[in-house]
Amino acid sequence: MKIHLENVVKTFESFRAVKGVSLDIESGELVALLGPSGSGKTTILRMVAGLEYADGGAIYFGDQDATDIPVRDRGVGFVFQHYALFPHMTVADNIAFGMKVSKVKRDKAAIDQRVTDLLRLVRLEGLGDRFPAQISGGQRQRVALARALAVDPKVLLLDEPFGALDANVRRDLRRWLREIHSELGITTLFVTHDQEEALDLADRVVILKDGQIVQQGTPEEVCRDPKSAFVMKFLGDANVIAADVRDGRAHAGGLSVEAAGVAEGRAELYARPSDIDWSEQGPGIAAEITRVLDRADGRRVLATTGAGEALEFDVEPERVVKAGETGFVTLRRAKVFGV
Amino acid sequence: MRRRNVLPGLPLSLGVTLFYVGLIVVLPLAALAFKAASLGFEDYWRIVSSSRSMASYRVTVLSALGATAFNLFFGLALAWVITRYRFPGRRIVDAVVDLPFALPTAVAGIALTALFANSGWFGSVLEGFGIKVAYTPLGIMIAMCFTSLPFIVRTVQPVLEDLDPALEEAAQSLGGSDWTIFRKVILPLLAPALLAGVSLSFARCLGEFGAIIFIAGNQPMSTEITALLIFIRLEEYDYQAAAAIASVLLLAAFFMLTVTNWLQARALRYTVKG
Repeated sequence: MKIHLENVVKTFESFRAVKGVSLDIESGELVALLGPSGSGKTTILRMVAGLEYADGGAIYFGDQDATDIPVRDRGVGFVFQHYALFPHMTVADNIAFGMKVSKVKRDKAAIDQRVTDLLRLVRLEGLGDRFPAQISGGQRQRVALARALAVDPKVLLLDEPFGALDANVRRDLRRWLREIHSELGITTLFVTHDQEEALDLADRVVILKDGQIVQQGTPEEVCRDPKSAFVMKFLGDANVIAADVRDGRAHAGGLSVEAAGVAEGRAELYARPSDIDWSEQGPGIAAEITRVLDRADGRRVLATTGAGEALEFDVEPERVVKAGETGFVTLRRAKVFGV
Repeated sequence: MRRRNVLPGLPLSLGVTLFYVGLIVVLPLAALAFKAASLGFEDYWRIVSSSRSMASYRVTVLSALGATAFNLFFGLALAWVITRYRFPGRRIVDAVVDLPFALPTAVAGIALTALFANSGWFGSVLEGFGIKVAYTPLGIMIAMCFTSLPFIVRTVQPVLEDLDPALEEAAQSLGGSDWTIFRKVILPLLAPALLAGVSLSFARCLGEFGAIIFIAGNQPMSTEITALLIFIRLEEYDYQAAAAIASVLLLAAFFMLTVTNWLQARALRYTVKG
């Protein structure tokens, strides 16, 4: 089911949570709404679900205007951050709930069969008789997904689905959700503040700030070509170096970087830690190493430039560097944004 | 190493509190049982099964059941309104719920009697419909309702406040109607608290005295409650008979608490891990 949001607005009390968002989600697509807290991403998701009503704009499911359809008739599957499983029902009864209360009457054998199938799909065979309190967080979230899928929703909506889980479980569930999505092909929209999760999982990432979309695209597009300093910083660690733009190039220390389309004058260079090289000789921006951090996947160096800017970059683990050493950094890749 | 406690001197505080419970709660009850037991079975049975006693049990238990049933609905509704809606004066309503706890029950009894007497504000209106409240079992029930209302509200309210709104939203998104959600999701989750409230409320109704004697009329065989009958026997210096009748109330209270505890444990099975 294709979803189309047209200039959707939502205001809480005096605070505008969503300030005119238009968005298209193709049928079968897996889209992430990514943004810091307060960016309105959850509000958008809840409006698509029908758990909140839009103050302005419209939401279409296919060709149908769904803006005023109440949640119980909207045919969406919603997965909550804290699972929201019914604690007094067994796992099987939780999954069967939607089928039992549905206007479409199903006989008991059909419901049982579907519950069994869904338990297999979420790899929880044999746990149907447990209560939610008796299973782990990751298992609970899989039950919540099975429960949402049981009513054959047109759209699957997930609100920070892995936010309450620890890192390992999270990574597993992410892969698994991706598999389920490819298997079922259901249009899926999920909210996260974790950029890694969004990039790992989604076909397309929609980045939000202060109730507006700042950029959207495939993970490749947003990562390789961030359109603003906000997106650059939000998607991962970024070093910021003050620069001057003259004649289409940004100059900082002994370096100059291509800066087509950036206004002349003060600007900032943004570079990922992996895009910075360290050498004892110039040319480059002079810096002094303040600390060396050893990590499982490499050696991270913290340094300060002559102008007092903090830098972070990676060197080969074999490379010997020590705090107090001075040298020069050069940038393999950088983005320039005006200030 | 021994775990350190926040409160010092566990053995001492344990001793003191257990001694206190023994002195204040267990000892009087034991004395009551002892006094009643000193009667011998035949005398005991004659007293507790006399027609006047039986009539008092009937009116007490039936009124208590009626009052508790009423409070079950009204208390749940009140707790619901206080927790779910924000309206002007909500905090005042919230505070007023505790008044029956704070007010001397005799004061409540006199106020209710004044209201429901034939000449009172409510009584004079109800008279027109042929309904008599004061000096009838209905009056007893109203007095019981008044004093036991806070129990249901105060046991249900915290549970209702802690109920995750996402549960209702989840049920909605699965297509449940409001009534279905209330019946299948909210009510089962409130059941343990409702049971606790009901048992406290019912026990309080059984034992209520001050609020009732003013409005009840206290006619033996029709509007004489058990607690009053005990009081009358005491006035007559018939301590054994008073203890015998009191022991029946005590047994009823024990039975009630046992049953509700068992029901509560059943209703809370799902919280058990493992």
